[in-house]
Amino acid sequence: MVPYILLALVIVAVVGYMVGRSRALSAAGSNISSLHSRPAYHGGFVAILASVPGIVLAVLWAALAGRVMNSIVRSEFGRELATMDVPQVEAFLRDAKAIAFGGVVGFRDETKERAAELYQSMQSISDIALLVVVAVIAALGFFYAMSRVSQSYRARHFVEKFVMAVLVACSAVAILTTIGIVLSLVFESIRFFQKVPLFDFLFGYHWSPQSAYEGAGGGGDVDNSRVFGAIPLFTGTFLITLIAITVAAPLGLMSAIYMADYAGPRFRSVAKPVLEVLAGIPTVVYGFFAALTVAPAIRGWGESIGLSVSSESALAAGLVMGIMIIPFVLSLSDDVINSVPQSLRDGSYAMGATKSETIRRVVLPAALPGIVSALLLAISRAVGETMIVVMAAGLAANLTFNPLEAVTTVTVQIVTLLVGDQEFDSAKTLAAFALGLVLFVITLCLNVIALRVVQKYREQYD
Amino acid sequence: MNMLTTKQQEDVLSKMTPNPVKISGKDVCVFYGEKQALFDVNLDIPERQVTALIGPSGCGKSTFLRCLNRMNDTIDICRVEGHISLDDKNIYDRDIDVVELRARVGMVFQKPNPFPKSIFENIAYGPRIHGLVRSKSDLEEVVETSLQRAGLFDEVKDRLHEAGTGLSGGQQQRLCIARAIAVSPEVILMDEPCSALDPIATAKVEELIDELRENYTIVIVTHSMQQAARVSQQTAMFHLGNLVEIGDTDTIFTNPTDQKTKDYITGRYG
Ligand SMILES: Nc1ncnc2c1ncn2[C@@H]1O[C@H](COP(=O)(O)OP(=O)(O)OP(=O)(O)O)[C@@H](O)[C@H]1O
Ligand SMILES: [Mg+2]
Repeated sequence: MVPYILLALVIVAVVGYMVGRSRALSAAGSNISSLHSRPAYHGGFVAILASVPGIVLAVLWAALAGRVMNSIVRSEFGRELATMDVPQVEAFLRDAKAIAFGGVVGFRDETKERAAELYQSMQSISDIALLVVVAVIAALGFFYAMSRVSQSYRARHFVEKFVMAVLVACSAVAILTTIGIVLSLVFESIRFFQKVPLFDFLFGYHWSPQSAYEGAGGGGDVDNSRVFGAIPLFTGTFLITLIAITVAAPLGLMSAIYMADYAGPRFRSVAKPVLEVLAGIPTVVYGFFAALTVAPAIRGWGESIGLSVSSESALAAGLVMGIMIIPFVLSLSDDVINSVPQSLRDGSYAMGATKSETIRRVVLPAALPGIVSALLLAISRAVGETMIVVMAAGLAANLTFNPLEAVTTVTVQIVTLLVGDQEFDSAKTLAAFALGLVLFVITLCLNVIALRVVQKYREQYD
Repeated sequence: MNMLTTKQQEDVLSKMTPNPVKISGKDVCVFYGEKQALFDVNLDIPERQVTALIGPSGCGKSTFLRCLNRMNDTIDICRVEGHISLDDKNIYDRDIDVVELRARVGMVFQKPNPFPKSIFENIAYGPRIHGLVRSKSDLEEVVETSLQRAGLFDEVKDRLHEAGTGLSGGQQQRLCIARAIAVSPEVILMDEPCSALDPIATAKVEELIDELRENYTIVIVTHSMQQAARVSQQTAMFHLGNLVEIGDTDTIFTNPTDQKTKDYITGRYG
């Protein structure tokens, strides 16, 4: 029902727009400029008043009607449901609805049939009520709006405010979801820190949450907090990210300079799409490239010069991750470098500067803020990357800065903590939220720094 | 068509240029892609004089100016034909080093384009890349004299280390002039250097041009007839990519031979 009502309201909006506009035109008479707002704004005004309240109501109704009906059924069938536990009640309601509105029914019985009848009758009442209410609201809105249309009515202001309200609502959705996610992270983390002290988590150097339950009989809690030391994860993350960025930053940046200032248009027109393909390779593919090709190669090379290299190493993961983010760094910096105005380059050339002098001393300084934020974005990406690490660097939480050893990262541990069936209140699973929170804080700091840098150096050229 | 033929142009030139020729353009044609922007321009620029290029908007003044230090090389679709020589050496020859050429032929652009650096660094840029200064105090001196000659020093002497882009449009333009003269080029090309300046700053720049004339060769594009008359010794009138008249500034302004020039300088062009 709701979809039809929405469709009808859209039609009402279109009609309202046309009627409103022609009303405005006739109000203006021969002199269009006597209108305060152009006719289209009057049309928009009528369309909005006639349709939007109804649309909002219908959407809310659709969201809430199901719950209301459920609770009515629960209270109607209170006696029958009293003997069931929670999953059973849910199954009962599900089946009743399936009988009423079609769907896969678990099994039928007489009570369910009665509940289904109740659902059906409620649904038809609800539909009719909604239809009537929406029709009344739409009509009221429409006639009110039509009565306001006149030469002096400021429809433009109304429409502009409405547009702004829509934009605000959209950004509110994005902001609220973010806040919601952060809050859930925070609350779960607080629960974790009730079990494991913050200090032990942040500064402990032993990470083996899997052992928290192995053979832990009763009084494990004290011991447990010792196995949640996150330092090895952060050093692992740091090590791999560092290797990745050491690979990606110079390669990406220099290729970007080549692309932007040296390469001819023909090369660019080929290279850009190729880069997009590179950027589109799934990280799993990079992962097995790392695990099957790069890691053994490093190991062979290390052994040939007498180093002991574990078969999974931070170096392998870092190198491949670096290669993975090269296109990212490259295309972001390429855009930034391209956006440095040609007039600055001309100014430098006209002084008798060579191409490389111009790039080094004029273009790069001017593009610096953009390049820095490109690099920081690339770092965030490397920090968040999981697949390559799982496949090439392993799962062992070693506290080491030796790139030839196996390490693990925050994201990898989050995955391993949550894989499999576990109840969501053990320290082990809650640890994942704490790790997520720390990761979030780190990425946030990076982004804030990036924003700062950009702000500080912005508007230096124009 | 009453455009001058090559022969006539040469005749006129030989009669009135006492100074030796610094830059000489022969049959210069410029194309932007398919579109031709300059048609067989023949123009000699005498040493240590000011040559003004005038003409209606879009007639190719900037294009011609940019040929003289090969700035057109930076435009992919631009193609230059003909000969342009600096001290009798064709600057479009293969063995010419563009970088060196541009160090000898400096340029001030139509739109001010200071680097996103401090005022000091903007001017120090050229001397540094050409290794013209030995010590820090030398550099400071170069910066100060350049700013002074461009008539900007008093306004900025307390904020030499603030961003050059923070200056007003007119100040930026004078900064660009200071930047160009800091490397002491032999020729200075100026593309409407005063279009963003107030009368006082304009007077300063004109004074500077007059002063520079003793040592440098100057080519200036201007839309102000008064300015052309005030600062230049030779004036060239362009129209639709053609050089229609060239001559002694006094002659051009008092007794132009070409009808278009006459209309243009008396403001009846249209
Ligand atoms: N980069 C370019 N690409 C294509 N065409 C160009 C380019 N620069 C200039 N032109 C064309 O060449 C012609 C001459 O332009 P030019 O800039 O030399 O004019 P101008 O005399 O300097 O004009 P103004 O007085 O307005 O600065 C114009 O028709 C212009 O459209
Ligand atoms: Mg111009």
